[in-house]
Amino acid sequence: MSAAGATLPTRRGLDRARLPPRELVGAALQGLRTRRLRAALSALGIAIGIGAMVAVVGVSSSSQAQLLATIDSLGTNLLTVSPGTTFAGANEVLPDTAVAMIDHMPNVNRDAAVYQVAGASVYRTPYVPAAQTGGIGVDAAGTNLPQVMGAAMSAGHFLDGVGSRYPEAVLGAQAAQVLQITRVGGHVMVYLGNTWFTVVGIMRSAVLDTSLDSTVFISLPVAERIFHITPSPSEIYVRANQNDVTGVSNLLAATADPQNASGVQVSRPSDVLEARAAAKGQFTTLLLGLGAVALLVGAIGIANIMVISVLERRGEIGLRRALGATQRHVSLQFLTESAVLAALGSLAGLLLGAGATLAYSVAQNEPFVVPLYALVAAPAAGLVIGAVAGLYPATKAARLSPTEALRT
Amino acid sequence: MSIVETALALEDVAKEYPGGVAALRGVSVEIATGDQVAVVGPSGSGKTTMLTILGTLERPTRGEVRVAGQDVRSSTDTELAGLRAHRIGFVFQTFHLQDPMTALENVATGMLYTGAGARERREAARGALERVGLGHRLTHRPPQLSGGERQRVAIARALVKRPLIILADEPTGNLDSASGHDIIALLHQLASDGATLVLITHDAEIAASFGRRIQMRDGEIVADERA
Repeated sequence: MSAAGATLPTRRGLDRARLPPRELVGAALQGLRTRRLRAALSALGIAIGIGAMVAVVGVSSSSQAQLLATIDSLGTNLLTVSPGTTFAGANEVLPDTAVAMIDHMPNVNRDAAVYQVAGASVYRTPYVPAAQTGGIGVDAAGTNLPQVMGAAMSAGHFLDGVGSRYPEAVLGAQAAQVLQITRVGGHVMVYLGNTWFTVVGIMRSAVLDTSLDSTVFISLPVAERIFHITPSPSEIYVRANQNDVTGVSNLLAATADPQNASGVQVSRPSDVLEARAAAKGQFTTLLLGLGAVALLVGAIGIANIMVISVLERRGEIGLRRALGATQRHVSLQFLTESAVLAALGSLAGLLLGAGATLAYSVAQNEPFVVPLYALVAAPAAGLVIGAVAGLYPATKAARLSPTEALRT
Repeated sequence: MSIVETALALEDVAKEYPGGVAALRGVSVEIATGDQVAVVGPSGSGKTTMLTILGTLERPTRGEVRVAGQDVRSSTDTELAGLRAHRIGFVFQTFHLQDPMTALENVATGMLYTGAGARERREAARGALERVGLGHRLTHRPPQLSGGERQRVAIARALVKRPLIILADEPTGNLDSASGHDIIALLHQLASDGATLVLITHDAEIAASFGRRIQMRDGEIVADERA
């Protein structure tokens, strides 16, 4: 070989056939550039699949972020104390000293108790059949319940000390809806245990304990006078010092009922809500599955288009082989082309999904969140899908006999 | 027998295609470096098959093939590709140019698999196009060129890497006789710096311009004349 090179000074020395990676990508892009419309259409399948998946993940993350933000703004330091049930299944009763005991605990900022008024129901008029309670319960409550719960009023005010001797009622959000009462004042009244109560306020939804929403509140003195209830709290809401929520939580049961601590149930509503938010995220796996199906269809579309491309470009393949391309060079070129196509499609899908999430979050007034992993996973998935989809067409191209390819 | 003197050698080469069609039936020929050879013969006589075997695009069913001193039968696909990338330039009847690319880009692809950088390839392509008289057509695309000009681009692509061997399969087959003769003259001139030229033609006049003429019939060489 070297002898031939020496006598023929201008000839290049015999060498391997080489194709630097940059040239490989260039050759692949060349193939796509010359068939733009078809490339765009076949990438669309991948774009839709990735777009759907990103949108699903984005929308659920945004809702979740919204829920967590709400929980955060309401505080994660709320604890609830309620009577548990005995082994036999009977309801325990909290001692009437429980509230006072809790009041004196260190690291308790404030607390509020509600007292269930058993057997009481609320109606718009006495003519409503007694069975149609609308699922609304009646609680007696102290004046500071909204402050402790972080619940706002949508109309009027909560029970105050001034009116505590008169039959006044405050409606939870759900209760107001059921009773179809949207404003207060004037002569807006409800019929409660054979007595007319003036509606002085309507609450907004209490996110930390939505059971309060379907409740009508009256003052404790009125409840004692009219319904003769025992002052045993059915629920005590405690705001603990943020730095010692666990400590307070551990002591609450024993403090509320020193004689029967096991009969007291203590919970942290924000934990429950956070768990629920996480569980909400789990539900999206079903929708992600649908996105995966779209992706699969997109991959088949790309494989299809690449097979057609190989058939169409037989002449080019033959020429490249004649110019010194190895079988590997040819298969790599088509593989790269397919991978680039799918990666571009998935980038478009990422933008599509992020756009859909943005539109949703603006419409729902939620924070715009697309998880970081989606930004990496989408193009990576595209590359892999494209490479897999291109495997068969690329092999086919490489196996093509160069002379046969050139004959066309 | 030295490799320096023999660019191409076939020894008792046969090629059969599936179905029992014998395209070559025991062909032996030696072509010296720098030789200019015309291959003539009727259609189906095995000319093109011989050329593709000389160009290592196809392997023979039987027989020895040596190209630029390299034994084809014992070479891998990668080694043969290297041979084609560096040593062999093809010119086809149908040009096989890529329409979306400019003339310059088309010619530059002739060096794509040599490992040369983009700049080097462009410079070499510019030089090759000037040598074939198309220095003013660098940015034209094939559809904007005449048939003769297209074949010149294809010749420039074959020559851009300065190959040892040029294989041309009826390069004038798609051209009128005037531009056909121009193309042949150009090939003679370009190959005169020591490259080996093997050219298939149907045209007796063109064949007469070659120092050596191989005549084929039914897969065999029936005449091998030197002027």
